[in-house]
Amino acid sequence: MTAVSGAQPAAPLLLEVRNLHTRYGRVEALDGVSVQVPAGHIVSVIGANGAGKTTLMNSIMGVLPSSGEIFYQGQSLRGVPLEARVARGISLVPERRDLFASMTVADNLQLGAYSRRRENWRADLDDVYARFPRLLERRTQLAGTLSGGEQQMLAIGRALMGKPRLLLLDEPSLGLAPLIVRDILRIVQGLRGGGVTVLLVEQNARASLAISDEAYVLETGQVSLHGPAAELARNEALGASYLGG
Amino acid sequence: MDFLQLFDPTIFPVLAADGLTNGAVYALLALATVLVFAVTRVIFIPLGEFVVFGTLTLASLQLGKVPGTLSLLLVLLGAAALMEALTWVRRGQAGRGLLTLGGAALLGAALWALAGWAVPLKPPLWGQVILTLLLVAPLGPLIYRTVYQPLQNATVLVLLIASVALHLVLTGLALVFFGPEGSRTPPFAAGNVTLGQVTLSWQSLLVILVSALLMLGLYFFFDRTMPGKALRATAVNRLGARLVGISPSSAGTLTFTLAAVIAGLGGMLIGPSVAMTYDSGFLIGLKGFIGAIIGGLVSYPLAAVGAVLVGLIESFASFSLSAWKEVIVFTLILPVLLWRSLTTRHIPEDEE
Repeated sequence: MTAVSGAQPAAPLLLEVRNLHTRYGRVEALDGVSVQVPAGHIVSVIGANGAGKTTLMNSIMGVLPSSGEIFYQGQSLRGVPLEARVARGISLVPERRDLFASMTVADNLQLGAYSRRRENWRADLDDVYARFPRLLERRTQLAGTLSGGEQQMLAIGRALMGKPRLLLLDEPSLGLAPLIVRDILRIVQGLRGGGVTVLLVEQNARASLAISDEAYVLETGQVSLHGPAAELARNEALGASYLGG
Repeated sequence: MDFLQLFDPTIFPVLAADGLTNGAVYALLALATVLVFAVTRVIFIPLGEFVVFGTLTLASLQLGKVPGTLSLLLVLLGAAALMEALTWVRRGQAGRGLLTLGGAALLGAALWALAGWAVPLKPPLWGQVILTLLLVAPLGPLIYRTVYQPLQNATVLVLLIASVALHLVLTGLALVFFGPEGSRTPPFAAGNVTLGQVTLSWQSLLVILVSALLMLGLYFFFDRTMPGKALRATAVNRLGARLVGISPSSAGTLTFTLAAVIAGLGGMLIGPSVAMTYDSGFLIGLKGFIGAIIGGLVSYPLAAVGAVLVGLIESFASFSLSAWKEVIVFTLILPVLLWRSLTTRHIPEDEE
């Protein structure tokens, strides 16, 4: 592992992953991955297909069992089930989005607030609609009938309804037209102002580095490079393999 | 044998009313079957046993006897509390484990005391109905906790095998608790009401009315409330539901509670019109299941309509071909399955 820059992030760490191992049978998908996410930052993880990016997200969320340590707000997440991680303020927008296809947009968003159902979540609904006016137009439509971009907006909106402190975004640009990708990444960038910390996994490295503070490069289950996003964007070796030269 | 007799104006309405009454109860069971399958992937064969426990527990209470249901409830409560406590201990929270055990002991003692005090007093019918529900409904979530929750990640086939085993155990227990003789509970409402040429019993009207109200209630529950929507979400996309914080266990617990309430109430509703014995549950549950299959185990309205149809066919068949009644009802499933297999898109199981 080579660090491009030795500078320590000044903000306190919201998430710290130490020496994480995740295996599928005998295949080691993550082989000792360590990632630090300072509060209030956008950190992106880039890498080729099969490098372990989605596995990393699923391990942090608790969808997959893993060994190693994950600290969130200074506390270990060992033995904390997925649902309890949601209640503590971690939200994952999965690669497949996993929307409730046969339910309306409004119902999908309402269910996003399930972990806070005793609080007043209706104000947050207006907030999400303000961020995604398209969802307001489509609120009575079934989630399964939305376009790909709208579904991604709904998936992010549903996650935001849980008032996450840490948002895990897995390939939000997957299968979307470039214009829509730009829109979505702009919205992700806007989240920082609202106190949401983002860990972003992307294949579209150039676009994700542009909105990130720090970045990690995953290669076959290991971190091969990490540092400030601006420096990685200038990195020549990286440029050749991920940024299209 | 004269089929045309069926359409005699004095006979047809009687048979139709009979069919609708039983069909309404089958419809409730069909809804419960679809609900349990959609949320937990369990084909809940023992649903019929819950109907039997509903009727026969009520019958015991009417005789002023404490039913065996109470001991089953207490044993299951103990087992579930132990399992829950162990889970807490394994997570390193022994304190919460002890709290669970203490809470379960208190709850068990309270139920035991309530039954011991209230049953010999022979409360009025509505009191007996509530007492029956208190004894039967908790069996649902307790069975879920002790049997199905540990199998949460098992295949549909394993869950089905567990259901068959559970069905056999509960049938055996019903024989021990209630004896081999059948019981019929008295009707909730006496007398008849005449509408033109048709005479209906108040009891039939009551059954249809209560079933319809229950279905309406379920509709509002699933359409308007957060817990109801959470169950639908779990049925639509299990991972998506977990990602918004809905735990499959709590969804399963709620589902089995609903199913047990529905089946227990169903048992009390048809108790007056069917001579219920310890082993009647399977056939009754199966009729609800056929309704559920007509709905493809996904559609609630189709399942309800299918179950009412089953009730009607059963009623007409029992008049003209009574020996063949069950044969006719269950043969009905063949064309339905054929039609469904031709019209439904096949979805491989691993895609969920």
